[in-house]
Amino acid sequence: MEYIEKSAAQIAHDVRTRVRSAAEVTDATLAHVESVEGAVGAYLTVLADSARAHAARVDERVRNGEKLALAGVPVAVKDNMCLDGSRTTCGSKILERWIAPYTATAVARMLEAGAVPIGKANCDEFAMGSSCENSALGVTRNPYDLTRVPGGSSGGSAAAVAAYEAALGMGSDTGGSIREPGAFCNLVGFKPTYGRISRYGLIAFASSLDQIGPLARTVEDAALAYDAMAGFDPMDATTVDRPVEAAAGALREDLRGLRVGMVREFDSAALGAALDALYRAAYRDLERLGAELVEVSLPTAAYGVATYYLIAPAECSSNLARFDGVRYGLRVEGDDVRSMYDRTRAAGFGPEVKRRILIGTHALSSGYYDAYYVRAQKARTLIAGDFERAFAQCDLIACPAASCPAFEFGAKSDPYSMYLMDYYTIPMALAGLPALSVPCGWTTPEGGRVPMPVGLQLCAPLFAEKLLLGAARAYEAATGHALARRPELESVRA
Amino acid sequence: MNARYEAVIGVECHVELKTKTKMFCGCVNAFGGEPNTKICPVCLGMPGALPVPNAQAIELIIAAGLAFGAEIPAFSKFDRKNYFYPDMPKDYQISQYDMPLAIGGTVKYWLEDGTMRECRLTRIHLEEDTGKSTHAGSGDGRIAGSSYSLVDFNRAGVPLMECVSEPELRSGAEAVAYLESLRRTLLALGVSDVKMEEGSLRCDANVSIRPAGSAELGTKTEIKNMNSFRSVERAIESERARQIEILSNGGRIVQETRGWDEVNGVTHSMRSKEEAHDYRYFPEPDLVPLEPSRAAVERLRAALPVLPAQRFERYTSQLGIGSKQATQLVETPSLGAYFDRVVACSNNAQQASNFVLGDLSRLANETGVAVAESAVSAEHLAELIGLVDAKRINSKIAKELLARMWDGAGSPAAIVEREGLAQTTDPGAIAAFVEEVLSAHPSVVAEFKAGKSNVMGFLVGQVMKASRGKADPALVNELVRTKLSS
Ligand SMILES: [Zn+2]
Repeated sequence: MEYIEKSAAQIAHDVRTRVRSAAEVTDATLAHVESVEGAVGAYLTVLADSARAHAARVDERVRNGEKLALAGVPVAVKDNMCLDGSRTTCGSKILERWIAPYTATAVARMLEAGAVPIGKANCDEFAMGSSCENSALGVTRNPYDLTRVPGGSSGGSAAAVAAYEAALGMGSDTGGSIREPGAFCNLVGFKPTYGRISRYGLIAFASSLDQIGPLARTVEDAALAYDAMAGFDPMDATTVDRPVEAAAGALREDLRGLRVGMVREFDSAALGAALDALYRAAYRDLERLGAELVEVSLPTAAYGVATYYLIAPAECSSNLARFDGVRYGLRVEGDDVRSMYDRTRAAGFGPEVKRRILIGTHALSSGYYDAYYVRAQKARTLIAGDFERAFAQCDLIACPAASCPAFEFGAKSDPYSMYLMDYYTIPMALAGLPALSVPCGWTTPEGGRVPMPVGLQLCAPLFAEKLLLGAARAYEAATGHALARRPELESVRA
Repeated sequence: MNARYEAVIGVECHVELKTKTKMFCGCVNAFGGEPNTKICPVCLGMPGALPVPNAQAIELIIAAGLAFGAEIPAFSKFDRKNYFYPDMPKDYQISQYDMPLAIGGTVKYWLEDGTMRECRLTRIHLEEDTGKSTHAGSGDGRIAGSSYSLVDFNRAGVPLMECVSEPELRSGAEAVAYLESLRRTLLALGVSDVKMEEGSLRCDANVSIRPAGSAELGTKTEIKNMNSFRSVERAIESERARQIEILSNGGRIVQETRGWDEVNGVTHSMRSKEEAHDYRYFPEPDLVPLEPSRAAVERLRAALPVLPAQRFERYTSQLGIGSKQATQLVETPSLGAYFDRVVACSNNAQQASNFVLGDLSRLANETGVAVAESAVSAEHLAELIGLVDAKRINSKIAKELLARMWDGAGSPAAIVEREGLAQTTDPGAIAAFVEEVLSAHPSVVAEFKAGKSNVMGFLVGQVMKASRGKADPALVNELVRTKLSS
């Protein structure tokens, strides 16, 4: 096992105790990135010089006695988060050459904790998609089968971590964009409670849903990253001003005393025999760890996708208005300002982004607002109410993280089948709940060459991140599914 | 004016708040400056930047609402108003749609002759200002024919109060009187500088006409581009006349936005209702709802200053001061407060008003020091008025004393005492001065006796001079006259 395959916790420990320097870890990571990037394509920009400069600073801080939780940990930053002086594209032509003039709070907190930014990771354009195929700037492949997608929209961050091109990934989850690529790439993908981590500097897709979170190879690593990023930010009025309980040091050994809810409406039998067997085994493992399984009902969760595809596009239609060619990003000149807008946006946005802007503009327009936007908000309230009632009967909810394992490129070419990928992750996003995916086994998809990872989703009540991570840690330790296979990188090394 | 029709006018004002920082970021809120020097990622609408509301701006809006007797709902929120415009960085404006910070209320105003009137408010809400575009290459700064435009974002994100009146005004003069009262009130509250010339007050007017006495509303037009109170009055009157002429000729008013042309004194069509935007308002997801606590609202209510309309009514109805002087006194909040302190320790409000608006305001103009900040304390001015009222000093001495008090001489009573400036009212003492003067000017006395009565002024002046100005002028007059006629 190469050093770069170590966990973030191990790397940080080694750098803190000066067993390794951050500079060595960074150099090793950059060398590995160079050898596998051609095949994986996780990054849109590799920040080699800046990473070395950050690493030097970390080593200096360590020498000065600072106890950095993420000392020297290589991190992949999703390219919808601003990092001062770095190109920040959102996977879009419209921002292809935009250099961020400031740093996102979550990124700044990771750097403050000692993390070293290796690069800006690919994503679906403006985080709209579930496979990374909507990126206008590059193709990212799943390290476990390069003919398959890494998931999305945080697919670049997921692929980077899975391929050891970083020990931690920063992703953003609007309807499942951390959890689904986490499941596709054999990772822990964790979306905290809405308002836990500042969105300042995260280029907005749907403001009321977007939430930053980590992608990691272990639950402990995810918890370390969460601890570094979480907490009130005076620059984001939607962050919650309440204490964050450190999750990294409080991981559970078992699930004794916990009631885990099985969602009646999310019967895994619908996913086919192979996945059904995997999920049933996972639920049995939870039980074996001491959890009491109880049945709960989320009767309105089935409306999640429909609700989400009104609210998220409505917000995106407004959030993306600023990309008009006036002050930054792409500009295509026109005869007057109106034609400049039209030409810039026509050339700068890809088809999925345009589709959502159209849907959202329509949903907000006069005469349709009540029928679409207001109704969707009411449905959202009902869905959140369902979860509240469910959590009166259980401490955690367990369900699938995605309806299938990573699929081949082009397999979901019609938008609606792609939207359904987030069927199990959207309801939690609408309710603002903390949820994660954790590896729960392997299955060879129909027509596939090798087994692909599958993710179990765990969801907790608002602000119960510590409980959620603790339980996931217990499950991970008892099952060890993630360790069963390695990504297929040997054959692709340049 | 045509007596068969009456105008129905509503006014919509945008007022820049006088906060330390902008509405949603930490940039300084100040007029002018080099273009694009008061900017940051937030007010530039940079990708990823988020708004954080300015608590001071929210308090100023609530204070304004309370001053006009508006309801401050327990729940309010921000909404996005979506439209594309180059000087609006996010291509949406954070504003308030259906749940403003203040609902209803009344602006009390008065006409030139002192008649009090009221106009109800629909609402007051909080929003952010846009940047400013300059069109270049066309020579006249207009967009037509320009080859490029420049945008200054210093103003982008400045907190803006929108204040909408009910259509209860009936003439351009009433609209201006309403605006004057609104302006004075906001100034007294410290909400804004309310300077139309700097753009910290901007207003549009809705104008329609209907048969006098009718309760129905006619089709309205919205008038924009009015740059002074004078142009508001002219624009409304011009629009009223235009509409009356159309209706009188059997025509129909088109609902539209019209721009005021200051040079030609007419309004012209800008865009019709069909071209109106669909702003696609929806609740601002980057901000949480505003829920001002009752305690905070009551604290703001308790801290409200005396309002100009209250002052004006008290001055005219209780103190008997004329409308013109009362208006001048309420014009500057600090002057009105100073006057109130003078009146509190003097019984002669009229005299106080004369001094404050006369000699003191003149001294203030000459020295550039505000009356309220001058060395003349309200108590000392009241003391001076008392001395005049008690005929202890005459008005000439009073004027001299005031000038010395302005320079820091302190209590006028003490000066009078110290320097023996008290008016001489003893007829015996004055008679002696008269005797002295008449015997010193026998030729003038002769002229008077020969019928040149206008030389009496000279003789009175000489007596005043002999008394070193202290003689009671009325008594001097009387005694000179008696002596000459004897
Ligand atoms: Zn700013």
